[in-house]
Amino acid sequence: MNKVSLIIKREYLTRVKKKSFIIMTILGPLLMAGIMVVPIWLSMQKKEMQNIEVIDESGFFGSNENIIKGSETMSFDYRIDSASGKTESLKIATADFYDSNYDAILWIPNNIFSGGKAIKIFYKKQLGIVSEEYIGNTIGKVMYHAILNHNKIDLNLVKAAEENSQIKVITEKLEATGKSKKTNTGLFMAIGLGGGVLIYMFIFLYGVQVMRGVMEEKTSRIVEVILSSVKPFQLMMGKIIGVALVGLTQFLLWVILTMTLYSAATVTILKNIDLKQIQQKEQVIKVGADLDYMNMKKMDKPNIVTEVWNDFKSIDIMTIFLCFLFYFLAGYLMYSAMFAAVGSAVDNEADTQQFMLPITIPLIFSFVIAQTVIQNPESSLAFWFSMIPLTSPVIMMVRLPFGVPAWELALSMGLLVLGFIFTTWLAARIYRTGILMYGKKVSWKELGKWLFYKG
Amino acid sequence: MNILSAKNIVKRYASHTALDDVTLEIPTQSIFGLLGPNGAGKTSLIRIINQITGPDSGEIYFEGEKLTQKHIEQIGYLPEERGLYKKMEVGEQALYLAQLKGMSKAEAKSKLKYWFEKFEIDAWWNKKVEELSKGMQQKVQFIVTVLHEPKLLILDEPFSGFDPINANLIKNEILHLKKQGSTILFSTHNMGSVEELCDNIALINKSKKILDGSVKEIRKQFKSNIFEIEFSGSMMGFTNSLWTYGKLIEHTAEDGNCKALVQLAGGAKSNQLLQAVMPVAEIHSFREIVPSMNDIFIAKVNEVNPSEIIKNFTE
Repeated sequence: MNKVSLIIKREYLTRVKKKSFIIMTILGPLLMAGIMVVPIWLSMQKKEMQNIEVIDESGFFGSNENIIKGSETMSFDYRIDSASGKTESLKIATADFYDSNYDAILWIPNNIFSGGKAIKIFYKKQLGIVSEEYIGNTIGKVMYHAILNHNKIDLNLVKAAEENSQIKVITEKLEATGKSKKTNTGLFMAIGLGGGVLIYMFIFLYGVQVMRGVMEEKTSRIVEVILSSVKPFQLMMGKIIGVALVGLTQFLLWVILTMTLYSAATVTILKNIDLKQIQQKEQVIKVGADLDYMNMKKMDKPNIVTEVWNDFKSIDIMTIFLCFLFYFLAGYLMYSAMFAAVGSAVDNEADTQQFMLPITIPLIFSFVIAQTVIQNPESSLAFWFSMIPLTSPVIMMVRLPFGVPAWELALSMGLLVLGFIFTTWLAARIYRTGILMYGKKVSWKELGKWLFYKG
Repeated sequence: MNILSAKNIVKRYASHTALDDVTLEIPTQSIFGLLGPNGAGKTSLIRIINQITGPDSGEIYFEGEKLTQKHIEQIGYLPEERGLYKKMEVGEQALYLAQLKGMSKAEAKSKLKYWFEKFEIDAWWNKKVEELSKGMQQKVQFIVTVLHEPKLLILDEPFSGFDPINANLIKNEILHLKKQGSTILFSTHNMGSVEELCDNIALINKSKKILDGSVKEIRKQFKSNIFEIEFSGSMMGFTNSLWTYGKLIEHTAEDGNCKALVQLAGGAKSNQLLQAVMPVAEIHSFREIVPSMNDIFIAKVNEVNPSEIIKNFTE
């Protein structure tokens, strides 16, 4: 058997058999599925009822049309003094607050319209931001209507004006050929950023693994035994490729497990959602989505999921996926060669810091400018950083969904391959010297000299 | 026939020269000792022979052919800085290293079984290396070095880290392998083992070869013509009787038992010396003092005269 494939096999198997790999492979999808499912599940949980007693000194919110409406989770009781028939005083309410089963007292001062425009909530336990906002909004809405009414403005007119002035922004890419394509900027951003983040994480996680692996071989002193059988370059590439396969395996397992878990969760936990109903709704909207938006006037708002799905289909997903794989692998190969060089130059983890910095800076930098690039994917900043091999894996990934001219893509890929060959060549020269250098603290100058040693 | 010839090897690093025009001939089926103080360039030379690094100039020939990658499988190397993957199982790891040397898995397995039983470590096959004692790890390392039956075995400080019992085990194994046809190149500071095992040596100091040849020849070459004579009788009479055959260097006398170091005069024979002193003294012992390899090593490295060697010795 070929020696490099023997090395790849060992690197792959020892890592895949590790407990930490198995735990991460299981925990990752649980976490991902959790992120997707838990919010839905939480929103379906019956919340505890919050009982609030209202001390309305203004007297305004007592009448039927101005009453503060309760919700599924909140109820409002007006506290009335039995003797006077008017609202109870705050003093008395606060005095027996802890004997009552109310969760909070809502105090509305009598100058609510003219003066402070503030209400106060006294609580035993915090009500939470949602409840607080609900109370504020509800009272605000009642007052808004009252003010309009007071000035004899037709409420329906205002409502109609509000509804009819809501517009939707539709973007279409107009090609030079005259054809145009509907686009969804939000979706593009999500795909681009998601892909970029994945590449960034993959390079970091597995690049460091390569570095650790090299250091392990060096500190355990096995390296010289192995180098009497294989060339340093073979050992380095075997490790890099082996770890890449581990990464791809983990990624694949995550995707499969997450999908399985997610669908299992939707079936079991969310079984009280009537799936048929959702599907029917979608079908109705699909017909609607094919209609010209311009002529749509009084149509139900299309379901967001279906809308995104339709836009999704408008993207050339296969190209993006293939490009993703390319940048994923080429970016990793380039960086991991440098990580391997760092691992070979040091004797312990603490010494890696000084050499790690120049590797991590372009990586972190590309992640940072990705946020800017996504706002303006065709700026010259975006162009240049998607050409420079050190940043292109992340930046080009971010740009891809927005559409990148073929020549730019080809140039960027070509440069990345060149960059990968160059860094690997550079790293291999440092690696083959460093790996046999024990107990010596290495400086940058020293590394530079290693580049010119004869093999 | 030489299994390995190194011709005019030069290796330079940025700040120093590790090997300066070193030429070596290693005869087939012999044990060759590569000696020298720390930093002399031994490991650099060994790494070049193993093709881990390349020389700046000079050439290496393996059985008359220029050394290439295909010879890797005929060389076994036990480095001075040696170790194993700590987290890997012993058997799995031995199989991996054997396969890297070009053996098939089945072949490696059956041979490993033989060696593991021979060294009494077969119970540790499925244990992780970190659970093994250092001595046991060394045994595993030795096994994987010799497993593929290399023609040339390169051992860098093979006895360091072994207890005397295991060191002896390895020593016997080395002799056994030589008998079976292997050539062994070993680098060491342990001069005792050099005299015991080596047929030939080369001494490297400050990147240059300063001495080489067979152990017998070298010791003969450094012979000082000094004899130690133990006798009873009068020291005075003994001294007078030496006459022209020798010169007294040193003597001790205790209760009529005397010990003298005598340097043979130029042209004189040891028998003439013996005959001259016999009438005046009763001889208990008469032996020539030959410098040990250790003495020669120290003297050569410190660049002192051969006569100084003996002075070192007698002190």
